[in-house]
Formats: sequence, C-alpha cells, structure tokens
Amino acid sequence: MEVIFILIGVSLLMAGGFLWLFFKAMKSGQFDDQHTPAIRILFDQKTKNKANKKPPKKEK
Amino acid sequence: MEGMPSKIEKTKITGCYHCGESCDDELLMRDERNFCCTGCLTVYEMLNENNLCDYYDIEATPGTNQKKNLLRENRFDYLDDEEVISKLIDFKDEEQAHVTFFIPMIHCASCIWLLENLYVLNPGVLSSRVDFIKKKVQIKFQLKETSLKSVVSLLAHIGYEPRIDLSHLGEKKRPQNDKRLIYQLAVAGFCFGNMMFFSLPEYFSEEELLGNGFNSLFNYLNILLALPVVFYAATDYFRSAWIALKNRSVNMDVPIALGIISLFSYSLFEIFVSGQEGYLDTLGGLLFFLLIGKYYQQKTFDTLSFDRDYKAYFPIAITKMVKDLEQVIPLTKLNVGDIIKVRNEELVPADSLLLATEASIDYSFVTGEEIPVPVKKGELVYAGGRQKGAAITLAVQKSPSQGYLTDLWNHETFAKADQEDSLASLSNKISGKFTFTVLLIAFGALIYWSFSDISIGVKAFTSVLIITCPCALSMSTPFTLGNVMRIFGKGGFYLKNTQVIEKLAGVDTLVFDKTGTLTAPSKATVTYQGENLTDESKRMIKALVNYSVHPLSNRINQWLGDVKPVVLSKVEEIPGKGLTASYQSKTISIGSALFLGIGDENKAKHNGNEVYLVIDGMHWGVFSIASGVREGIENMVPDLANSYEVHLLSGDHNHEEAYLKEALGNKVAMHFQQSPKNKLNHIRNMEAQGKHVLMVGDGLNDAGALKAGEVGIAVTDNISHFSPASDAILDGEKLKLLPQYLGFAKTGRRIIKASFGLSFTYNALGVFFAVQGLVSPVLSAVLMPASSISVVLFTTIATNYRAYRIGLNDKHLMKWK
Repeated sequence: MEVIFILIGVSLLMAGGFLWLFFKAMKSGQFDDQHTPAIRILFDQKTKNKANKKPPKKEK
Repeated sequence: MEGMPSKIEKTKITGCYHCGESCDDELLMRDERNFCCTGCLTVYEMLNENNLCDYYDIEATPGTNQKKNLLRENRFDYLDDEEVISKLIDFKDEEQAHVTFFIPMIHCASCIWLLENLYVLNPGVLSSRVDFIKKKVQIKFQLKETSLKSVVSLLAHIGYEPRIDLSHLGEKKRPQNDKRLIYQLAVAGFCFGNMMFFSLPEYFSEEELLGNGFNSLFNYLNILLALPVVFYAATDYFRSAWIALKNRSVNMDVPIALGIISLFSYSLFEIFVSGQEGYLDTLGGLLFFLLIGKYYQQKTFDTLSFDRDYKAYFPIAITKMVKDLEQVIPLTKLNVGDIIKVRNEELVPADSLLLATEASIDYSFVTGEEIPVPVKKGELVYAGGRQKGAAITLAVQKSPSQGYLTDLWNHETFAKADQEDSLASLSNKISGKFTFTVLLIAFGALIYWSFSDISIGVKAFTSVLIITCPCALSMSTPFTLGNVMRIFGKGGFYLKNTQVIEKLAGVDTLVFDKTGTLTAPSKATVTYQGENLTDESKRMIKALVNYSVHPLSNRINQWLGDVKPVVLSKVEEIPGKGLTASYQSKTISIGSALFLGIGDENKAKHNGNEVYLVIDGMHWGVFSIASGVREGIENMVPDLANSYEVHLLSGDHNHEEAYLKEALGNKVAMHFQQSPKNKLNHIRNMEAQGKHVLMVGDGLNDAGALKAGEVGIAVTDNISHFSPASDAILDGEKLKLLPQYLGFAKTGRRIIKASFGLSFTYNALGVFFAVQGLVSPVLSAVLMPASSISVVLFTTIATNYRAYRIGLNDKHLMKWK
C-alpha cells in the first residue's frame, strides 16, 4: 500500500498545477471577455476566402 | 453637394445599405447600392477604398445612421492637450500608447470586425481589440505614426465615436476587486476537494483498509490544506466581522467567523492532542459554499453605470473665443468671464449670459422636456441646456461645478460617501439574535456537562458552535437576491446591487417625476383646429415637416401618418421658429405664432405647444401638441395609489394638472414648479417624517431627489444612454410593470424568511445532537452541505416559480435593448 504515498504526492501536485494554471489564466485576462472571442473566430474563416486581404494581425 | 450622386425621385421603398433606414427623404446611389444620406455614403466609400466591405457581409446594414452626425474638423482639438492625453491613456512608452474607449454604438459582429481592422484605415494603429459586452475597444497605436486625436476622429468618421466625458478625466478607475473573490473561490474549491479525498476513508471502517500511518498522514495533509482556506479564502469574513464588532454591532459574518475559528481550532486540538480526525473537510466545504453564494450575489450589469454625475453629461472640451479666434480647450480650464461659442446640438457647460441676439435652448437633460425654450440676448442660459440652431456666443458667469443645476452636487446629500447601510438588511437583523442564542446554548451545554464530565462539556460547547455555523442561513439571502436581480434584469430593470431589493420591499411612498418619466415623447397627442385639411395640404405639410428635425415637426409628422409627401421647392428653416416652402404657386409656412405674425385674435386659448399653419398668407389652423402619458401608466398609478402614498413632482407649470388628475386618479398628490433643489428637499422632508421613499425620475434635475430617496430608479428609453446616478435603471417601456417589480421584491423577502425557517430547522436538529456531545465528523460532513444545498435549491426554485406565476419570466421580456 506504500505506493499511495507517491500517488498522493502526484495527485496533489497535479491538482495544484491546475490551480496554478487557472490563476495564470485569470491574470492574463482570459475570462474577462467571454463573448467576443466566440464571434471573432468566425471572421478568420471569412478573410481566408478573400485573396486580396492582409492576414489578420496576431495578438499577444 | 458637389461630386455627390444626384438626388433622384424614389421609385420604391428602399433601405440604406449602410444603416438600413428608409431612404424616404433622399436617395443616393453608388455601386448600385442605396444610401440615405451623405454621411452613410462617405463611410461606405471609405471602407470600399480600403477593401473593408466585408463589414456589410457579416451583418446586413450594420452601420448607424449618419444623418445627425455633425462632423466639425476642430472638435477633437482638445485631444492634443498633453494633460488630457495623459488622463485618457492607459499606458505609454517611447513608441506606443494604449487607450481604451467606450463606444456605445457597438452592437453587432460587423462592428467588432471593422473596429478590429482599424489598422487598415490607419497604419499607425498596431492593434485594436473589442470587448463586445462592455462595448469597449482597446487600441494600441504608434506615437510616431499617429496621434490620439487622429484615432478618435477616424472612429468618429466611420460612425463609432467613442464617448469621452469629464468623469474619465478624473482619477483612474480602481482596479477590479471581484477577481479576488474568484481566486478565493478557486483556493477553497481546490482545498475542499482534496480534503474530501483524505477524509473519505475515515467515514468508513478505515482501519481494515489502511494502517494508522495513513490516518495521521491524511490528518496532517488536511491541516496543510486548511491553512490557505482559513488564512486566505476566509479573510474577508474575518475582516467584515471585525469591522462590525468594532462598530458595536453584529452582522451575519460574526457567527460565520466564530464558526470558522471554532471549527479550525477544535480540529487542531483533536488532531494534535486527541489523535482524532477533526472537522477540516467540513470547514473547507463551508467556505466553498459560502463563497459560491457570495459570487452569485455579485451579478453586475457591465454596460450600465449607476453613478454618473453631471460630469458624465457635459462636453469634455469647449470652444473658447480669444479675440475672434477659436480655441478648443478642455472644460476643466474654463474660467468665469470667458467667452465661449456653442454650436448647434452642443451643450452649454456653465451658467452663462447670452451674447448672441437669440438662442433656442433644449433643456431636455435638465427637465426632460424636449421642446426648446427661446432665450433673448442678455438672459441667463443654465448649464445643461443644448443649443438648437445657429451657433451662439456666451459669457461664462459661473464655473461648471457651481451652476444652477450642478450646484445640486454640492449639497450635503452628495457629500456623504456612498455608505452601504447593510445593517438594515434582513439577515443582519437576525444575526445579532442568532449569535446571542447560539452562545447561550453553547455556554449552557458547557455548564451543564461540566458538573459531570468537563471533556464532554468542551466537546458539546464547540459542537454547538460548529453545527450552528450559519452556512445555510447566510446562503439563503445571496441566492434569493441574486435570483431576483437576474429576473429583474431580464425584465429591463437593472439594479445596482442586491441590497436595493430589500430596500424596494420596504418602501411605502412613491414619488414620480412627470416629464420624461410618466409622460413620453412618443405618446404626445396632436390635435388640429382650423380650416379643413385637404389631401393636398396634408401632403404639403408632410413634405414640410420632413425637412425639420424639431421635435414638434416630428410629432406632426407622426400624426399625419402615411401621407405621400409632395416635392417642395425653396424650403427654408429658421431653427426653433418655423419652416417656409413653395409648392406650385402656393406658399406654405408652419411655426410659432411670433414667426408667422399671428395676431392675438387667432391664438389658441389653451396652454401647451402650438404650431400654426399659414397657407398663402392666410391663417389656416393650429396644431396643439400635448404630452401624453406612457402606455399602461393610467392603470399603473391608480393601482399603486391603492397601496402606496403616491406623489408627483414636476418642474412644469400646472396647466396639465386637470389632465393628469383625470389620467392618474385623485389619490396622487401633485406638486408643480419644482426646481431640482425643491425636489431634493421634498424627498428629504418625507424621509425625515419616517417615510421610506422610492423616487422614480429621469433627468439630471431629478438627480438630487434620486439620491435623497431610500431608493432611486432612473427611467430611460435607451439603456446605454444617459441616466443620472441612481440605485436602479428601468427601461421606459417597462415602467408599467413597476407594481409587479415592487411586489416581487416583497416576494423575495418572503422567500428569504421561509429559507431562514428551513435552515433554523437544520440548526435545531444539529443543536439537539451537539448539546449531547454526539456530533461526529461524519454527521457534520453530511448535515452541513445537505442544509446548504437544500436551501439553495429551495430559493432558486421558489423565486423562479413565483416570477413565472406573475409573468416576469416570460420569454418575450428578455430582449436586451
């Protein structure tokens, strides 16, 4: 049963990692605007069809 | 109109390719597409040149009408002022600057697309990002290539003029605080979940599965996980409880803090001293549920602003005349004695003397009445008035913050900070008694047991504190109020915060403003007296009023209905006075009595707004336009008067009193000729008499009264437009539902009381075991979440069911304007 010691450590690290990722995502503003990206993604398809268009700028 | 496509007779009803409005008055053609005005066409041409016509493919007719867009070259000059720039800009370094604008016109996918392609139109723009819900766009631009001013004028040119107002020039907004709650919630959730893992074996006969080594390891891991819960996630409760105790009062957070402390310390004692397992998993669950409730209550309406003062209405810059030279300066630099120039449709920013011979001032911001008032040379024009017609010059008499209207904000009502008197709320009233009772029971149990066995006494004492921790009790309020607020929001009634609901439930006196609140411009009634109007003369009038944007012309236009206008020649409008035109051999004029030289013998006898009609020099007739009440108000006000004391405050003369008495019933106390200060004092007097006043108003003149009342509701016809500082914003069309809203606020209070009853039952059950020292970790781990979840379910179902029963949850109410 001693393997549980390792498993507990791994599970805590993983869960803690997800918590950290969530904090990071919050700080970077991922959840600030939950509506516009859903609309924005449709534009890119549209512009690809037009040959004379500049590619949309990459956002940081 | 040189170089523009010629105006052609319209053959069929067509919509503008840019804005979708009908091209009745004028039809411009380009690339086989119709445009209603040169403004729309200019935008189209600009986009066409830059290959941005995808704008029109994403959504049909995405533009906003450009007819009323007054483009004047130098009006953004103030954006060159370094002081203004530094206040507007979020970030700036050697090369680039970031700025965020609020653009109320953002309404569809095309808007997002165009605004995010700004770099095509202005190469100096590095990127632009739209936040659709908040109607904001963040623009990053290169300082060498372009300037703030050119970015703003580009936005204005394509029909997306950002709203920049004086309140932006104040200090920067404080950083958002609500993220902290989400972090706390995440930490509590993480710790709670893991603690449940480690605690679960204890609930079963763990000895058979795992050895004792695991048992103590799990306990220590639980302590480790409980630390962030107590010292990070729960800090707000400790702080709030401490502040309440310091002010010698007890709020809901006091028993919560007490419960958390006793849970934590007793668990530490059990683990370290008795070698038992403690209640740490319950502690984690408690905080997690509490924070969910808190988060749910924090619903806000992002695009709405509840704390605008006069600064938000006033122009940010003003044209100052220095020896016949125009100079655009920020309003903050305006001094008494300056000569300023105010153009058509611009606001007068400070109380000033009129230097021009005459002006026509629309005080709709101040009084809600949109019919312009004529002002003569040398008379005083109050701040907040809007000039209609030719540009005027004025001499500033008072600084913008000292004017007749803005003086309201220097009143003591505004001096005190927006203190949330949360002590008035229902749960806080209960919490004092609750805490007292719990402590009484706990000490009672301790003393009772101490005669026989002190260790059971201590256990019973802490168990009572733990089990009565008012988790369910304190969750019933946020969930009920959060639900009520969402239901109101769907119905066009937006609250500043959930405390407003409890205040709404307690009001006993309703005060309404008249103009713009009870009466609506679109409900105006037009009556005509005089010679019979033939079809031909109707068509002539229709054509004539089509030329004017004056509100009275618009109403006559509406009254005429679907009449096909004739084609007039030599149309001339004297703004604020009247119109003259020729048709075939006839001359037709409409306008004020003075303008047309109507003698006293022909003047209408009643008060109101009159428009006279003269054909070929003959007095033909007169249109009388009276304000009409909004739809449904005739039923609503008498209805409310049965259960509330209802008052009506109006800035107008009392000429409409008889009509209003008839429309609204006799129970309404009416007060006329009320200045903004009178209104404020009126409300304060009533409050001093111990009445709980709800003020319903719309204009800036009601701002004082809205603030002085227990609850202030601002009524507006366009949610994203202007509304004075208030506790709630109500869509004008939904005003007739006010009785339902008030009733539902009371329902909400009843639901809270019922859920209090429910959680008291749980507490009584828990206390029954606790005083006997029988509480085990398993019992508390089951009882506490079960009580919380059942209370949440109860309040959610009850509020939605009640809303459905009175028709507030209907699908067709859900349209967001």
